Amino acid sequence: MFFWSLVLIAVGIFSSFIYGRSRIKLNSKKQGTKSKSLPTYYAQYVLMWCLFPALIVYFSWAIFQEQIIQNIVISNFEFIEGAVYNEGLLLAEIRNVANNPSFADGKSIEIINAASHYSSLRQISQISFYTSIIIIMLLGALYASQKLKPEFHAQHTIERYIQYILIFCSSVAIFTTIGIVFSLIFESLRFFAEVSIFEFLFSTEWYPFIPIREGQTAAEGSFGAVPIFAGTFLVMVVAMCVAVPLGLLTAIYLAEYASQRVRKTVKPLLEILAGIPTIVYGFFAFVSVAPFVKAFGQSIGIDASPTSALAAGMVMGVMIIPFISSLSDDVINSVPQSLREASLGIGANKAETIKKVILPAALPGIVGAFLLAISRAIGETMIVVVAAGTAPNLTGNPFENVTTVTVQIVVALIGDQEFDNPRTLSAFALGLVLFVITLFLNIIALQIVKRYRERYE
Amino acid sequence: MSNSKILANGVDVYYGSKQALFGISMDIKEKEVTALIGPSGCGKSTFLRCINRMNDLIEICKVSGSIKVDNQEIISEKTDVVSLRSKIGMVFQKPNPFPKSIFDNVAYGPTIHGLVDSKNELEEIVHSSLKKAGLFDEVKDRLNEPGTSLSGGQQQRLCIARAIAVNPEIILMDEPCSALDPIATAIIEELIDELRLNYTIIIVTHSMQQAARVSQKTCFFHLGELIETGETNKIFTNPDNTKTQDYITGRFG
Repeated sequence: MFFWSLVLIAVGIFSSFIYGRSRIKLNSKKQGTKSKSLPTYYAQYVLMWCLFPALIVYFSWAIFQEQIIQNIVISNFEFIEGAVYNEGLLLAEIRNVANNPSFADGKSIEIINAASHYSSLRQISQISFYTSIIIIMLLGALYASQKLKPEFHAQHTIERYIQYILIFCSSVAIFTTIGIVFSLIFESLRFFAEVSIFEFLFSTEWYPFIPIREGQTAAEGSFGAVPIFAGTFLVMVVAMCVAVPLGLLTAIYLAEYASQRVRKTVKPLLEILAGIPTIVYGFFAFVSVAPFVKAFGQSIGIDASPTSALAAGMVMGVMIIPFISSLSDDVINSVPQSLREASLGIGANKAETIKKVILPAALPGIVGAFLLAISRAIGETMIVVVAAGTAPNLTGNPFENVTTVTVQIVVALIGDQEFDNPRTLSAFALGLVLFVITLFLNIIALQIVKRYRERYE
Repeated sequence: MSNSKILANGVDVYYGSKQALFGISMDIKEKEVTALIGPSGCGKSTFLRCINRMNDLIEICKVSGSIKVDNQEIISEKTDVVSLRSKIGMVFQKPNPFPKSIFDNVAYGPTIHGLVDSKNELEEIVHSSLKKAGLFDEVKDRLNEPGTSLSGGQQQRLCIARAIAVNPEIILMDEPCSALDPIATAIIEELIDELRLNYTIIIVTHSMQQAARVSQKTCFFHLGELIETGETNKIFTNPDNTKTQDYITGRFG
């Protein structure tokens, strides 16, 4: 259904364009004046009036049709006194019968009636859908064609419309973000209605299993997220221990020592590291690094578990090297050449110049790069899911299993779950914490970077 | 020619395949101010930057020929660039104080060269350098404020103080007043006149009045060649070369 309507709309916009162009040429010939804008702008004007109303109809149908039909079918359904119905199952049954009449055998007469009602409603909907699209396109074109006078500034109008379109597109991302934040907040509130916020933030016991059915002998769940935050922090610290020195030294080499040619080759190569899917890093962490960490732990007499904070953190560190190196390299490069010359001109050597002049001058920007990397690290999921484990251990020992906020969100959402118990709702609370932390880190980092840029421009 | 401080002989400079300087030979006397003048792109800054090997920073720049400072060849692989540059201070076109305090800006050179053993000594050097640069009275109460908080002219004098803190013998100035207003320029010019007693100064300038005011010798560059060199008085009143004549009377450039 919707494919043919797209063809219909395509035909509509094509013919409206042709129509608009020939119409304005005709009109200006009749009046013997030149039109204020080029004919193609009038054509675009008609096209837009044809296209956008049709799109609105199209999408409202696509979104609401099924819901409305179902409501009508259910409200007309002849419920039998005393029987218990599950609405979702009932609807699925009706739809099955409607789409495939051979399923009708052995179904109750109410269902068969409802199914035929459903099919007829769908048919009506389809016909009215096509008619309304055609009508709305014709109306749009009609409205627009009345304006096709040579003295009408079609170009100005088109430019205004284009501006509206651009504003709409950019607001999509913003409103999506706002929507996500609100859904996080509301679902978290539901969670905190069942679990106290103090337990969540300060208790050290994470045992998110609650009896789902009556009579189940599971213990009462406890939702102290401290071990999760601690695990996240531990993995992040390990990652930064790897990424900060490697990334910063790479940046210094690239910005100060490497020739232009090396720099042009190495920098994009490093940035490819950031493009590797994180699950691939996860394999790598689990298959290569974790066994190595375990063996290393044993060789120095520490009992390491097969998945550990160290393995996950080290690989995550490698993953965020390009963030740090690339951003720091940009920052170091934007330190004015005149400062280098001043230092070298006094007779400082390169190392002294870098240590005492370049790095202090670039420090705010470098710190900003670190903060961005941290926020990336604590939001990272796949590596820790695969390589850090899922045990909520409250430990500072990087050879042990730990779990992170992101991992616990995954665990909470795995499987067929209704969002009505604290176990699944805890995902939202954890998500909210994660969101707030990364948001603040990003804001601080961007502020620092911005202030630094202003100083040298 | 016994008091010759810098002796250049047949200096050629290439940027990639483009030749920027053609066989420059020059004799610069001790404790004099030598002005390098000429139209933009004539190579005067390039020549200046040969003297402290600042051109090393530009990857594609090749320098050949001979420059002797105190009879020591400096256009050579073996030259100790660090000690050369500590002997030759440089002041740049745009004031470029480090983003550090006023004190630390001046203390930078003496510290990295290990010229001082104690804090008191360092303080002494910083104060005396600031005094020599005529800046001390203006900043003595705020030595811990950032150097970048000073005005343009003060910043430039801070850069001069920073350069003389390592006790150089030669100071190179690359259009030191081009970013300054006339009053700040006048102060720097007076300062140059005082510094001449202790230092050999080479100044690149676009302002012919400035060259006439501060220098004893003037060298006129044009299209990478040294056209004429001589006593400033003579160059500005009675030059030998018609190109020099045309330039200083404003017929081109």
